[in-house]
Amino acid sequence: MIVLRRIGRLWLVPVVIVVWELATRALGDDSFPPPSTIAGRMREMWLTGPPSRLWINDSAIANIPPSVVRLLGGWLAAALAGVTLGLLLGRSALLSRLFEPIVHFLRAIPPPMLLSFFLALFAIGPEMQVATIIFGVIWPILINSADGARTIDRQHLDTALVFGLSRGQRLWRVILPSATPKIFAGLRVSLSLALILMVISELVGSTEGIGYQLLDARRSYDRPGVWATIVILGVLGFLLNSAFLAVERRVLSWHRTAKQTT
Amino acid sequence: MRVRSLFENRVLCGALGVAGLLCLLEAGGRTGVIDPLVFPLISGVVARAATFAIDPEFLADIAATLTAWAAGLLLATLIAVPAGLVLGTMPRVEAAVRPITEFLRPIPSIALVSLAALVFAERFNIKVSVAVYGSMWPILINTMYGLKDVDPVAKDTLRSFGFSPFDVLRRVSLPSTAPFIATGVRLASAIALILVISAELLAGGSSGIGTFVLEAGGSIDALEFIVAAALWAGVIGLLSNGLFVLLERRLFRWHRARTETT
Repeated sequence: MIVLRRIGRLWLVPVVIVVWELATRALGDDSFPPPSTIAGRMREMWLTGPPSRLWINDSAIANIPPSVVRLLGGWLAAALAGVTLGLLLGRSALLSRLFEPIVHFLRAIPPPMLLSFFLALFAIGPEMQVATIIFGVIWPILINSADGARTIDRQHLDTALVFGLSRGQRLWRVILPSATPKIFAGLRVSLSLALILMVISELVGSTEGIGYQLLDARRSYDRPGVWATIVILGVLGFLLNSAFLAVERRVLSWHRTAKQTT
Repeated sequence: MRVRSLFENRVLCGALGVAGLLCLLEAGGRTGVIDPLVFPLISGVVARAATFAIDPEFLADIAATLTAWAAGLLLATLIAVPAGLVLGTMPRVEAAVRPITEFLRPIPSIALVSLAALVFAERFNIKVSVAVYGSMWPILINTMYGLKDVDPVAKDTLRSFGFSPFDVLRRVSLPSTAPFIATGVRLASAIALILVISAELLAGGSSGIGTFVLEAGGSIDALEFIVAAALWAGVIGLLSNGLFVLLERRLFRWHRARTETT
């Protein structure tokens, strides 16, 4: 029953696809190929391999996993650094007064401006891409962690102090858990940012990856290819976001129940 | 006591932090800890940035970038606010459209530069169309989110006095949603700036701060140019954000909008 209702909610999707197909065929503009052509191109680009490998071909293996690894690697590194620095700034009023203006300034720099800088620094390669991703996505995580660590219930901290919890224990058992919802909000924003930066860093300096395929398709005026890569990027973004929400629901479930009982 | 109160001054501490960082970078560059070929001397960067302020070519580039940015943001607002009002007031339409927006939203807007470059011949249109696509989402989501927050009693009161749905929208829903829309526009302004600069970097063209950086890439002190231009981009980002915050505070003093970054 639930499944049926779920499917029922998707009724507009096939309608849109059919209308899109008919409209693009009627239009006949090369820049807007019909969805069937895009799907066919996607099959050619990534799914011509043997059935034993689920039809995934070599080009898909050579391009998609490296992109995803760089994206997640950069994001995780930014998460680690961002949460650590954020907690520091959030718990120390002096540090936050000293460094907050710098943080806000660096955050205001549009990351693409620094692409050429990282390109000069690392030359073309994964280091440059990961550096771009880290620099671009660290700010929402840092600022949200600092905000979460700053606004902790006074009572919780005092209770921890009365029970004689050490500094480390307070960090792990009180500060970090109460900052988690805010940290996750930052992590979610930065995950979608990481996808954008992955694409742009691959468009500028790369010899493999989804962004490189996009560049390749554009250079050879392969319009269905451009559309196909955009669709695959949308699918990737959708999957990343869904996976993140699933993890968040698990991690934060205690938080919701804790809020309900108080 | 005096020293203590000095460290409690927010502005002073911020200035101290900035000065400290600049000195550290300069000392690092002079002593050779930071290779000047990797990161240029910060004094040189600041001096270069200062000359930009009176460089007509650079100012023209900034004007070009800001024009595309403003056009993109304005168009995005004109599209997203009515769309958000429709989706926010008609739950059935929203439920039907949701799967489609859920798929469109995670598509990295950067990828659309390649598509826009194939569709539009005019560089200005590439920049604006990509900025519109990327900055539409925060405005749309904030508008819908704000409509959910409208006081139901106020709406019901108007309804029971015989006001038409349009009047309810105009007299209650729209004013109480306005602060959320403003927050959405502020978030969108940062995204639009990133996208305009990215489009300049990726699609080339003859004017804009991104093009300026690209052209500087060939010169001997390219790094100094790039970092100095990035500083200015940061200043623009800070100023536009500050301007929007100020406007929000002025216009909506009666309402403190939630600044969610979804």
